[in-house]
Amino acid sequence: MTDALQPPPKKNPQTRTVSPTRPPERRSRATLGLSAAAAEGRFALQVCADCQTVQYPPRDACRSCLSPDLPWRDVSPDGALLAETTVRTSPNLYFRERAPWRTGLVRLDAGPVVICHVHGDCAPRGPVRLWNLLDRAGQAVLLAVPQERMPRMEDDPQLRQMTSDPKHRRVLITDARHPAVPALIKALKAAGAVEIYVGEPETWRPSPGRAALAEMGVDLQPLDVTDTGSVQRLAAEYGGKTDILINTARFLRPGGVLARGDTAFARDEIEVNYLGLMRLAQAFGPAMCARTADGVNSAVAWVNILSADALSNAPDYGCFGASNAAALALSQSLRAEFRGAGLRVMNVLTGPTDDAWYQPLPPPKVGPAALARAIVDGLQRGLEDVCCGDVARDMHERFRRDPKVLECERTMAGDQP
Amino acid sequence: MGRPRQSYDGVVLTAPVSVPYERYSIETAHWWIARALREVLKRADLPLKDLDGFSVASFTLFPDTAVGLTQHLGLCPRWLDHIPMGGASGVVALRRAARAVQAGDADIVACVAGDTNQIDSFRQLLSSFSRFAMDASYPYGYGGPNANFALLTDRYMHEFGATRADFGRICVAQRANALRYPAAIMKKPLTLDDYLAARPIADPIALFDCVMPVAGAEAFMVMTEDEAIRRNLPFARIAGTIERHNAFADDPVQLRGGWAVDVDELYATAKCAPQDMDLVQTYDDYPVISMMQIEDLGFCDKGAAPDFLRDKDLTVTGDFPHNTNGGQLSAGQAGAAGGFIGLVEAIRQVTGQAGPTQVADAAKALVSGFGMINYDRGLCSSAAILEGAAP
Repeated sequence: MTDALQPPPKKNPQTRTVSPTRPPERRSRATLGLSAAAAEGRFALQVCADCQTVQYPPRDACRSCLSPDLPWRDVSPDGALLAETTVRTSPNLYFRERAPWRTGLVRLDAGPVVICHVHGDCAPRGPVRLWNLLDRAGQAVLLAVPQERMPRMEDDPQLRQMTSDPKHRRVLITDARHPAVPALIKALKAAGAVEIYVGEPETWRPSPGRAALAEMGVDLQPLDVTDTGSVQRLAAEYGGKTDILINTARFLRPGGVLARGDTAFARDEIEVNYLGLMRLAQAFGPAMCARTADGVNSAVAWVNILSADALSNAPDYGCFGASNAAALALSQSLRAEFRGAGLRVMNVLTGPTDDAWYQPLPPPKVGPAALARAIVDGLQRGLEDVCCGDVARDMHERFRRDPKVLECERTMAGDQP
Repeated sequence: MGRPRQSYDGVVLTAPVSVPYERYSIETAHWWIARALREVLKRADLPLKDLDGFSVASFTLFPDTAVGLTQHLGLCPRWLDHIPMGGASGVVALRRAARAVQAGDADIVACVAGDTNQIDSFRQLLSSFSRFAMDASYPYGYGGPNANFALLTDRYMHEFGATRADFGRICVAQRANALRYPAAIMKKPLTLDDYLAARPIADPIALFDCVMPVAGAEAFMVMTEDEAIRRNLPFARIAGTIERHNAFADDPVQLRGGWAVDVDELYATAKCAPQDMDLVQTYDDYPVISMMQIEDLGFCDKGAAPDFLRDKDLTVTGDFPHNTNGGQLSAGQAGAAGGFIGLVEAIRQVTGQAGPTQVADAAKALVSGFGMINYDRGLCSSAAILEGAAP
């Protein structure tokens, strides 16, 4: 059984912070399909459309019939550990610093033989299941785990390298006014987060939730994402101890272009939803990137909560959707910029949330607890892309199938009576 | 079964050359290959401009290939080959060159393998070794070949009950052989206790299971028998050869190699049996691979190599002389030259030129090659039986 992960000792300011190193990042284009599946926490392999042979390593033509048609399909992740080794020395810095490292050879029930990481709880030559996870280079790797869940298995040092688990980590939630914040704090605490900092804009305004948040034992700090000075002030003090940043800042008003008489709300949406993200990233990003190898409570993840409208927009919330699409596009740039340090960007796409701004829309809606659960679950599994709620999942599925068809579906006006 | 293989009658191997290895070199692969080529030409008393066939194997020539070398080294061959098969490249070079000479496409082929080893060049070589390795093996601990062979060794030990000491005896005997070989890199005697107590690298592989990457070059020449006699060169005949790639692809773990597919044909063409060999040169990047070859090349059944070797003496003076110059485990692995070291030593042995490592009355030698861990196993296998020319 995995040894319990110990809370980090108090940081000695005189010792040098370990520089981030990364496992190998380069992959062939075919293998990036595995990373795409890992970003969503799926185990998928190429399966020949002509003869059904399951392929691994990923390739460009079927190994039994040479068909070039090799779509990625979810397949059984179960198999048996055939052989294993513990690598004690490596010419690669990342593994050298983390040795010993257990790897093995697994024969999948689906056919292929896979070189993979091996969780400490796997019995030699026993049955295993493969998890498809993103490593700190942001690329998919396969980890063999026992088929039965084991206590504390998330504490395994190799697995923890691949997740963004909040356990023993410090979290900054950027805007206390988002309706999901109390639920998020509760879920993070249950997941073992040790400190939670919550930003609060416009502290001069009366805030009905403030007392309740203070009672939850979080550290409330002034933070206005539209104010560069405010963001920089907080980053100066908290940037070096933020392990996970969850951006809950949101400015939301209904309506498309013609429903509004001017660009005032759109300007606010851009200020908060797009430029707010940029200000936060410019202020907190560098400090977090410098601390991604800093032991148990290293910096691991940056979380954006985005409307699924960012994938494909519609007039009901058209201007808000546009600001979210801008934020989604920015997050892709940010993901690439953080990648060198191994800091993960997780985008949580959500359907309409169950609050006043989405009141006119019919259910299903995303409640605060569901959003909190999706965020914490995504962190624990080390995901990059999370869909929260049925609407977001549905939209993501349609987007994957055909973005243009989705656009047509979303923008059809319906026949006049 | 296809058509019968043609013999190599009339074609011979001569001029075995080993350029002494160095642990690290500031020179390039081009430099090492040039040294080996210069030496074989000198042995054969052949002017550079008269060399009409050239075959090269190297990992560190990038961005050049055999083509770039022709201009770099001032060659004008009418037959040119580049063999990217690592540990199998020696025998494969021999096979191709022999057919070229036999068919008259070339009169004399110089087969050269050489690589440099600069600080950090091994790490760089690993990182771009193959697409499957890049995608599916190096992200997993980056143990390189050590980790790959650790997995095979782990499974081999489990399946066949081999112990670390079984592997150790191979390494210890080779070190004893290396002590006789002036050019070997490893010059410290090795005991079984040293072997067993060595630093673990990738369990169950420990330090003395691993080869030392070095810089170096090996070469030999292929020509007609008449040509060798005219030049007064001792020569070896080619009794039989085999080559196979990606054999037994459905075996979940590699416990056998391509030799097992073709071994019967090898001995049938050579008209001899394993027992007739006076020495055996296996590809020894790790001792488990030597065991695999000893099994697949018919010296014993699958899985019986630990037992078979337990009462054998693998040294130069023993009853089963094996890797007589210390092999890669003790002489060093000079990149693709690791695919030549056993072959070049075997040519010396059967032509009576091996000097301090000479096996008494060596007339027949088996050489085998193994190369290219593309993902989870070595894909290329090759073997040849050489015979010393009757005086």
